[in-house]
Amino acid sequence: MYTQGLDARAEQGAPPSPRLVTEDEARLQGRFQERVDAEEKIEPRDWMPEGYRRTLVRQISQHAHSEIVGMLPEGNWVTRAPTLRRKVALLAKVQDEGGHGLYLYSAAETLGVSRDELVGQLLSGKAKYSSIFNYPTPTWADIGAIGWLVDGAAIMNQVPLCRCSYGPYARAMVRICREESFHQRQGYELMLALAQGTPEQKRMAQDALNRWWWPSLMMFGPSDDQSAHSAQNMAWKIKRFSNDELRQRFVDATVPQAEFLGLTIPDPELRFDAGTGHYEFGAIDWTEFNEILKGNGPCNRERIEARRKAWDDGAWVREAAVAHADKRRQRALKKAG
Amino acid sequence: MSTDLKDALFGYALRLGDTSLVLGHRLSEWCGHAPELEEDIALTNVALDLVGHARMLLTYAGELEGKGRDEDRLAYRRDVFDYRNHLLVEQPNRDFGHTIVRQFLHDACAVEMYERLCASKDETLAGIAAKAVKEVRYHVRHSGDWLVRLGDGTDVSHAKVADALGRLWTYTGEMFERDEAEQALVAAGIVPDPVELKAAWTARVEAVLEDATLDRPADGWMQKGGRRGEHSEHLGYLLAEMQFLPRAYPDATW
Repeated sequence: MYTQGLDARAEQGAPPSPRLVTEDEARLQGRFQERVDAEEKIEPRDWMPEGYRRTLVRQISQHAHSEIVGMLPEGNWVTRAPTLRRKVALLAKVQDEGGHGLYLYSAAETLGVSRDELVGQLLSGKAKYSSIFNYPTPTWADIGAIGWLVDGAAIMNQVPLCRCSYGPYARAMVRICREESFHQRQGYELMLALAQGTPEQKRMAQDALNRWWWPSLMMFGPSDDQSAHSAQNMAWKIKRFSNDELRQRFVDATVPQAEFLGLTIPDPELRFDAGTGHYEFGAIDWTEFNEILKGNGPCNRERIEARRKAWDDGAWVREAAVAHADKRRQRALKKAG
Repeated sequence: MSTDLKDALFGYALRLGDTSLVLGHRLSEWCGHAPELEEDIALTNVALDLVGHARMLLTYAGELEGKGRDEDRLAYRRDVFDYRNHLLVEQPNRDFGHTIVRQFLHDACAVEMYERLCASKDETLAGIAAKAVKEVRYHVRHSGDWLVRLGDGTDVSHAKVADALGRLWTYTGEMFERDEAEQALVAAGIVPDPVELKAAWTARVEAVLEDATLDRPADGWMQKGGRRGEHSEHLGYLLAEMQFLPRAYPDATW
């Protein structure tokens, strides 16, 4: 799972450096843009502008990191799922996220960076991941809310990425979207069981909706007038729709689902505008969003610490695997020689 | 089937189901924390298979018992002294090496057992075994390969798995314990003979330990009690965590 609402400041912080463009490069760039405009897929060996490559490496690796960090808040409930069926479904879901991380790291590797390098950037705090995972999952209803809302928001963002101009990313997204849709239905079904359950379960579901609603809207990133790279990414067909367009689609799709559950969206200004056919919603508190980006979310420290601990605790295992592979190679050579 | 035999089969299915559930739960504790992404996915896969086996076995146990308990009633509403799992699988994860040794010692037994259970005269058990055996064959390869890698890896990894083997060996005797109820099932051609199982397990374990350059610990005193509900202190914490929601909200359905 992932969205574009990552570190807006980092995106603004790395503008392509202005430099002279040679005639050859201008011709290549022209040809590149023609291919993108004609909806041809760009493949790893094709020529591409440096900015395009950099943008993709950043976006795909942030997406991969988000999948990996995203395993933590949901993994938090794997040992406490209330039925064996729910336990299996949640384990499988978290496992899918690990799998998404794998395909995405592989897609990023086609652009000339190694997975170790990218993971190193995550662990050092240099690379970002989706802020949504810095919120905690204190109750079981959070597992439903994440599936329904967070995966739902992710799907809004990701379906257009299946048509992204970069072939390996687009193909990875096709598979990921299929699995995410399944997760979203599972999450909604979990919420439905709670909403139709005992008063305590319903309270649990409402509480989770209260906490996840606004962060889910923030997942689409800053408003269009604040979004730094949108125009270039649209021209490169990395991005197809603006943040605000996607956010609106999400609200329009989700409000009736909440009504069906009998839950209340925590926004007193929310109302349906019959003229436009869309829901109008209240202003987003970007202060909270920005604070989380700065590292002040409820779980920023724990998430990175958990990833570092897994990596550090596993060092001796990875070293042993390499040492054993070396020994086997040596023995095979000896036998052959 | 006679009532005695049915009771015995209930106990057997419960033991297998509890063992799969508790080990699956232990492995699921690794989810998101494994040494490598591929291994995170692999451990979760094994956990998923084991919980899947537990569901089939507990459902069947509930049917044999005939008191209306389904898989969740059995998993979530029994206390420690009603659990029948082997003591081996409730031991905590500690580190990855300890987890792998525990897994291999279990898998080597499970694969031999399910291979034979496929020919059980009890059709339901044979059906469950036919499904489980395909997965367990992969599990034993996975844990065995890792045991060899760690045993024959670095000095550090060798020392860690040698230590784990020393700690866990004392729990292996229980897997081949014989009691009257089980003897009746063996005689009826429903379950394999533990004597035969132990021989097959020993051969498998010794072959992998040799590749892993690890010494087989001596068969000293063996800890027993799982099949009578006498457990270590660890199981209570595992159940407290696992059963929290159904215990806290007894009237809820999820």
